[in-house]
Amino acid sequence: MKKFPKILASSVMALSLLAGCGSEGGNAATAVELNEGDTVKVGLNYELSGATATYGLAMEKGSQLAIKQYNEREDRKYTIEVISQDCKSDSVEAQSIASRLMTEEGVAFQVGPATSPDSLATYPISTDAQVPVLSPAVTQNGGMLDANGEAYPYAWRVCFEDNAQASAMAVFAYENLGKRKAVVYSDSGNDYAKGLAESFIEKFESLGGEIVTTENYIQGDTDFNAVISSLTEEDFDVLYVPGYYGEAGLIIKQARAAGLDQPILGPDGMDSPKLAELAGASALNDVYFTTAYTTVDASDELLSFIEAYKAEYNEEPDMFSVLAYDATNLGLQALEEAGATGEKLNEAIKNIQFEGLTGSFAFDEEHSPTKPVLVVELQDGVQVNPIKIDLDAE
Amino acid sequence: MTQFLQQLVNGLSLGSIYALIALGYTMVYGIIKLINFAHGDIYMLGAFVAFYATRYFQLNFFLALIVAMLFCGVLGVVIERIAYKPLRHATRITALITAMGVSYILEYGTQFLAGSDVKTFPEGLLGNLTLELGGVRISMQQIMIFAVTILLMLALTYIVNRTRMGRAMRAVSVDEEAAQLMGISVDRTISFTFLLGSVLAGAAGVLVGVYYNSINPLMGMTPGLKAFIAAVFGGIGIIPGAMIGGLSIGIAETLVIAYGSSLYKDAIVYVILILILIIKPAGLLGKHVKEKV
Repeated sequence: MKKFPKILASSVMALSLLAGCGSEGGNAATAVELNEGDTVKVGLNYELSGATATYGLAMEKGSQLAIKQYNEREDRKYTIEVISQDCKSDSVEAQSIASRLMTEEGVAFQVGPATSPDSLATYPISTDAQVPVLSPAVTQNGGMLDANGEAYPYAWRVCFEDNAQASAMAVFAYENLGKRKAVVYSDSGNDYAKGLAESFIEKFESLGGEIVTTENYIQGDTDFNAVISSLTEEDFDVLYVPGYYGEAGLIIKQARAAGLDQPILGPDGMDSPKLAELAGASALNDVYFTTAYTTVDASDELLSFIEAYKAEYNEEPDMFSVLAYDATNLGLQALEEAGATGEKLNEAIKNIQFEGLTGSFAFDEEHSPTKPVLVVELQDGVQVNPIKIDLDAE
Repeated sequence: MTQFLQQLVNGLSLGSIYALIALGYTMVYGIIKLINFAHGDIYMLGAFVAFYATRYFQLNFFLALIVAMLFCGVLGVVIERIAYKPLRHATRITALITAMGVSYILEYGTQFLAGSDVKTFPEGLLGNLTLELGGVRISMQQIMIFAVTILLMLALTYIVNRTRMGRAMRAVSVDEEAAQLMGISVDRTISFTFLLGSVLAGAAGVLVGVYYNSINPLMGMTPGLKAFIAAVFGGIGIIPGAMIGGLSIGIAETLVIAYGSSLYKDAIVYVILILILIIKPAGLLGKHVKEKV
């Protein structure tokens, strides 16, 4: 009989927990109604040191600028207090910072981290704490989905996923360039390139195109002449090279030197000033890559962002700082629309119509943005003619 | 046929580079039975010296090549004096591990000083001229690689076979103590061997840097390994073996990509190596010598 009170106590606790979920939320952080003039905390969880710090640092600057500009606005509803912490390019650290930000600091939403593995570690925490996470650059295929294939309810990304850009490139090659016979020359050593290659092939074939052959290289290779020489014998009209700029630059250079003058296509991994140094500007003609951001034909909003960014940090913004700027502004807009945190804020994000620097979009069922992919052309190594490929319009 | 000849040209230019690096491995092994794992990193430093010489001191290709070769030669001697000489009579495994340590110091020291990102040479250092002979394309850079490689190999053969120092090297490699008794300075001979090997590796680094236009502090790892395999393939310790080994590995790799699969190129090269070593354990030119008791 002595056990009885304990069982009673625990079932009472369980009941109260259930009740807590049903009502306005179990702890202080969730679903708090806000009054105008309140100070609201926003958490930044970025890689400020470690292996991927280049991305994290650029993104933190974008986020900080967004918040600074918000706090300077006359018509703002709230004052934002930033809490920025360094997850040290480590997913375990990212996870513990997420739970500190969400449960102890009581932030309204978290922006970051930069890389897919670090970000994915924070999603389960956001579900438990009912605090939204906005990911600027989680491009991993299926990155927003949990083990059951459903989107984490509180996690959102503002970038397109990898297979979206590969599919967009396939559409571009088939429809815009009018090409029918493609060769895929892919980095066989990383998931990013492998996923891109698969999506490109699938889409290009479903459109009615033919994949003539597929070739592979490994990151760190410098001699691509053997493959390129054998390609000169093949009958194809477009070459897709999923991978990073380090190898792509050399492939383009060696291909052009060997007389391959077909258009060469690539993913956002090619988007680097180093590409022109490696390939030589004269080789970079009829080369196209997908990206989330270009400064060619920039809108007024983008120009004023670039100016503000340069004034603040004395350097040029890149794709990552722009994505983080968008993600942070999206959170702030949702906060104003919801007038509350927690569940209501999440609902506002779900229904948002956002106009950002990387495009106007809403979220789809997989919590990814429905925004067009940009395809940029290189002429003598300079970006020209950005074209929007809208996959959702298909 | 044109395709085959074109692939042969590709394979020869890749193989020449492996051969230049393999010569250094083989000479050092031949004389002190040490596999100098830092050798691939000397090659990397050759490329970096040429990079700074051309980019910041505006030297032309040939001056940069000579500066890089001298730098690498001196560095090779310094490394031998500091790291290997004190271990000359220690067990071979001790020297081997030291060589790996030196390799890491060079790789990460360069990364610390120069940064880990990819660097590129100024454009047009050798011209972008391409010759076309019956459908086979040969670029100016490839011609330069063949020319420099052949020239250096001829010079090396001359030095080893026709000079006093070369005779001393051969003597030390056969029997160190007997050579000493004959009045040969073993220390000087070994230093000279390191000098020669490192000069060749430095030249290979410059050629590769200019040809591919992409250098980084870890660029020596894979070619270093392939060159080591080339040296074993040809029979380690034998100078013509390293040349044949290097060219064979380069051509094999290229032909595997051209007529096999680019996905398995390295795997197939290693399978060829394993087969050769099963059939002829001492390498292509090696003679099987019974261990003296």
